[in-house]
Amino acid sequence: MSIHSQIQGNVTKTYLIMSAFVAFVVIVAYVLGVSLGYGTSFMWIAVLFSVVSSFASYYWGDKMVLAMSGAKPANRKQHFDFYTVAENLAIAAGLPNPKLYVIDDTAMNAFATGRDPAHAVVCATTGILSKLERRELEGVIAHELSHIKNFDTRLMAVVAVLVGTVAFLADMFLRNLWWGRSASRRSDDDRGAGQIMLVVGIVLAIATPIIATLIQLAVSRRREFLADASAANLTRYPEGLARALEKLTGDKEVLEAATNATAHLYVVNPFKGKQYAAWFSGLFNTHPPIEERVKILRAM
Amino acid sequence: MNILWIVAGLVALVAVYFWSLYNGLVSLKTSIEEAWSQIDVQLKRRADLIPNLVETIKGYAKHEKTVFSDVTKARSAMMGARSLESKAQASDMLTAALGKLIAVAEAYPQLKANENFVQLQKELSDTEDKVAYSRQYHNSLIRDYNEKIRTFPNTLFNETLGFHEKEYFQALEGERKSLKVNFA
Repeated sequence: MSIHSQIQGNVTKTYLIMSAFVAFVVIVAYVLGVSLGYGTSFMWIAVLFSVVSSFASYYWGDKMVLAMSGAKPANRKQHFDFYTVAENLAIAAGLPNPKLYVIDDTAMNAFATGRDPAHAVVCATTGILSKLERRELEGVIAHELSHIKNFDTRLMAVVAVLVGTVAFLADMFLRNLWWGRSASRRSDDDRGAGQIMLVVGIVLAIATPIIATLIQLAVSRRREFLADASAANLTRYPEGLARALEKLTGDKEVLEAATNATAHLYVVNPFKGKQYAAWFSGLFNTHPPIEERVKILRAM
Repeated sequence: MNILWIVAGLVALVAVYFWSLYNGLVSLKTSIEEAWSQIDVQLKRRADLIPNLVETIKGYAKHEKTVFSDVTKARSAMMGARSLESKAQASDMLTAALGKLIAVAEAYPQLKANENFVQLQKELSDTEDKVAYSRQYHNSLIRDYNEKIRTFPNTLFNETLGFHEKEYFQALEGERKSLKVNFA
C-alpha cells in the first residue's frame, strides 16, 4: 500500500467519524429536548451554542492554545536549527512558513495548531530543541507540518469543541432532570412517549461523554500514524523521526504546560506518568504506543 | 422537451468536467513555475555565501590555490547558467567543489575553531538542504503533472492546449526515493 492511498483512506475514515459525530450530537440534543418536554427548541439551542463555540475555536483556537501553553516567538539566531529546519520542510511540503514558538520547559515535546497552512503555528519546547540532532528534529517538525498540511490542526480543534459541547449538554441534562420535570407534565397522551424518551435520554446522557471522548481519541491516534507517514515522505528519512521518538520515550518528564484540552495536539502524549487500568489504557490514550510508531517507520 | 433538457444537462456536466480538468492542469503548471523559482532563489543564496566562505578560509589556508579557483570557476558557471539543464549541471559541479573546499578546511584546526567559519558552514549546509528540498518538491509536482497529462482523458487534448511533458530538475535516480509504506 502506498503513502498516497493510506492518506486517502485515513482522510475518508476521519470524515466518516466526523459526520457520525455531528449526527450524534444533534440526535442527542433532540432526544434530550423531547424527553424534557421542550420539543425541538432544545435542539436549536444546542445547534446555536455549538456553532458559536465552533466559530470561536476556528478563529481564535491557535491564540488560545498558545496562551494556555505560555509559548514565546522563536528567532533565527537563538533557535537556528528549529528555524531553518521549519523553513526547509515548508519548502519541501509546498507550504508557507509557519509561525514558530518556543515553550521554556525541559520536557521534550512539540505541537502544531492554526486553522489552515496560512495561519499555522509550530511550537516546540526548549528541551526538545536542545536534545535532538538536526535530522531527528527534521522528523519531528515534518510530523507537525504534516498535521498542518492534512488540516489535522483544524479538524482537531473542531473535534475538541464538539466533544466539549456534548459533555456540556449531558451535564445540563442531568441538572434539568430535577429542575425541569414540571415542564414535561402536559396532556396525558404525551406521557407514554415522553417517558420512553426520558429513559433513552438518561442512557444517552450517561453514555455521551464516554463515546465522545473515545471518538476524539480515535481520530487523534489515526492522525498520528498518518502524520508519521507523511513526515517520512517529506524528509525521505524515516529513521530520523524513529530515533527522535525513541529519545522522547526515554524522556520521563511531564510537560507542565499541557492540559487535558491540549494533550492531543502534541507529538507524544505529554502525561507520561499517568497510567490507566490495563484494558482501558488502549482506549484512553491520545497517542498510539511509540514502539508501534517506531516499528512502522523502520519498515518503510 | 424532456429529452432536450436531459441532453442539455449532460452536455453541461461534460463541459464542467473538462473545465475542471483544464483548470487543474493550469494551476499545477503555475505551482511548478513557483517551485522552479524557489530552486533558483536557493541556488542564488548558496552562490552568495561562497565569496565570504572562500575569504574566511583563505585567511588560514592561503596556499590551497587550486581548490579556491575550482570553487570560483564553478560559482561563475552557476551564475552564468540560464537553462534548467545547465543550472542542474553547474549546481552539481559547485556541490563537488564545495565538498573539496570543506574537506581542505577540516585540516586546519584554527579555522575550524573560527566562529565566523562555523556559522558560514552551518548556513551553507542549511542552504544545501534548502536546495535539496526545493528540488524534491519541484520534482514531485512534475511527476504529478506528467502523470496527469499521460492519462485519459487528458491525452485527448493536452497537445492542442499546449500542455507538454516537463523535464525533472536533474535525473531522478540520484534523488532519495519516495517511500513505500505498509500499515499493519
